[in-house]
Amino acid sequence: MKNQLRRRAYSIALIVGFFLFWEFACVAFGIKDIVLPRPSQIVITLIDRLPAIWPHAVQTLYTTMVGFALGIFFGVLIGVVIGSSGLAYDTAYPLLVGFSSIPKVAVVPIFVLWFGAGTVPAVLTAMILCIFPIVVNVATGLATTEPELEDVMRALKASKLDILVNVGLPRAMPYFFASLKVAITQAFVGTVIAETVASNRGIGNLMMIASSNFDVPLVFAGLLILAALGVALYLIFSFIESRVTGWTRRTDEFAVG
Amino acid sequence: MMHARLAEATLAHRTAREPFVQLQEVTHTYGRLSRTVTALQETNLRIYEGDFVALVGPSGCGKSTILKLITGLISASSGYVLVAGREIGAEPVRVGMAFQNPTMLPWLSLRDNVMLPLKIVPPFRQQYRRKRKGEYRDRVEALLAQVGLAGFSDKYPWQLSGGMLQRASLCRALIHEPQLLMLDEPFGALDQFTREELWGVMQNLWLSRKPTVVLVTHDLKEAAYLANRICVMQARPGRIIDDNEVPFARPRSVAMTYEPNFVALTQRLRELIVAASPAQEATS
Repeated sequence: MKNQLRRRAYSIALIVGFFLFWEFACVAFGIKDIVLPRPSQIVITLIDRLPAIWPHAVQTLYTTMVGFALGIFFGVLIGVVIGSSGLAYDTAYPLLVGFSSIPKVAVVPIFVLWFGAGTVPAVLTAMILCIFPIVVNVATGLATTEPELEDVMRALKASKLDILVNVGLPRAMPYFFASLKVAITQAFVGTVIAETVASNRGIGNLMMIASSNFDVPLVFAGLLILAALGVALYLIFSFIESRVTGWTRRTDEFAVG
Repeated sequence: MMHARLAEATLAHRTAREPFVQLQEVTHTYGRLSRTVTALQETNLRIYEGDFVALVGPSGCGKSTILKLITGLISASSGYVLVAGREIGAEPVRVGMAFQNPTMLPWLSLRDNVMLPLKIVPPFRQQYRRKRKGEYRDRVEALLAQVGLAGFSDKYPWQLSGGMLQRASLCRALIHEPQLLMLDEPFGALDQFTREELWGVMQNLWLSRKPTVVLVTHDLKEAAYLANRICVMQARPGRIIDDNEVPFARPRSVAMTYEPNFVALTQRLRELIVAASPAQEATS
């Protein structure tokens, strides 16, 4: 417990130290605002122009969450199909790897071509960026279910659906939640990419316009907002994960092992 | 004398009835094409309702294969496996199974783990939603109490010792009142004292419910303590080479396992098994 507190103190000290170093380095070396603004300036800009920034932040958050929700839905669906049979897993995996290795920035113009600039391409980009970690994790979780656990169910003459619902899905939950933490940050990346390329709203767009006006503190204020949103969502999903899948941390003496 | 007469009476009773489980000329091979291993060759076995049969023998003699065949986890390469007169899968018989590992689902409490069969197996599953907080729950608690786990039902598997989990595993195998109980070395991973204690627990469970039990074990004392009948198997190819009644009166106790006639029985079984596994003769 004491050790844990100390670790936490170290990590807070590192964060604070990072910003202090940044601040003093800017002052000491006389770095211009237009190259790298000081953290204090960024915070002041952020507070001053919050009314203007706020709608963009809401837009980005909204786009990300819709994309993320769609990503969860389709990701779990595809993951369950692929993970529930060895044949489907082996068949679909190469295609999946192929799709996931495409740089997702490259598909934004295609979405714009199909749906026009605006919210829809951003939602779709967020979705395809976050869908792969979810699919792969859910499928892996299902595919690696211990045969002993399935035998317990099969000895009871349980149907495939019974086995999936009672063993496969709960067993895949830790994998699923681990993927959500990755997926939510990916969804953010997707949204901002799409907003930067083709949108007139959102933090990505705000940063684009600010940088073309050489309003560098505002660009960094946008970055700060993105970081804050990302960290907040990451924390929320970590919390949910620890509540739902607490049993995995105790599996050193897992009954099957 | 008394023992002999008892055995005779059960034997006579038996021949009058149809076997509950029947293996007819069953052969089972693992692997395919050129790389096959014959786990079981043309085996015949009849098990009668309410009996307690132990299968003993060297490793790789197909003991577990027989269990899996009867449970329907695998299907025979040739021959017939009949349960209650029907082929596996078609029979309306409830089966309970306990494995060498407790195989508790780690995300469920002990209560929910033990209740799992009631959620899956008809006719219990139809009433699961309605009764799981009432009747079923009481039933689980009562059974857990019977094996010495009263008050542990809210615990999770990682909070319990191996012996406790194995008790719970027995409860899970019995909660849906199976007509057929399959035990695949359920006490194999436990220490001597826990094992002997659980023999007593198992005996009481059997005496109070009288399911048909098939026990696979390496432990000859365990077989002789628990079973009414012991089948000795040989390895490669696996087949039954000896089939014997166990004449001792019930309830049996650990003290009985040190009596001369008990020791004589296990001694004889041991010699049979050693003779059946020439490769291991030198080391054992």
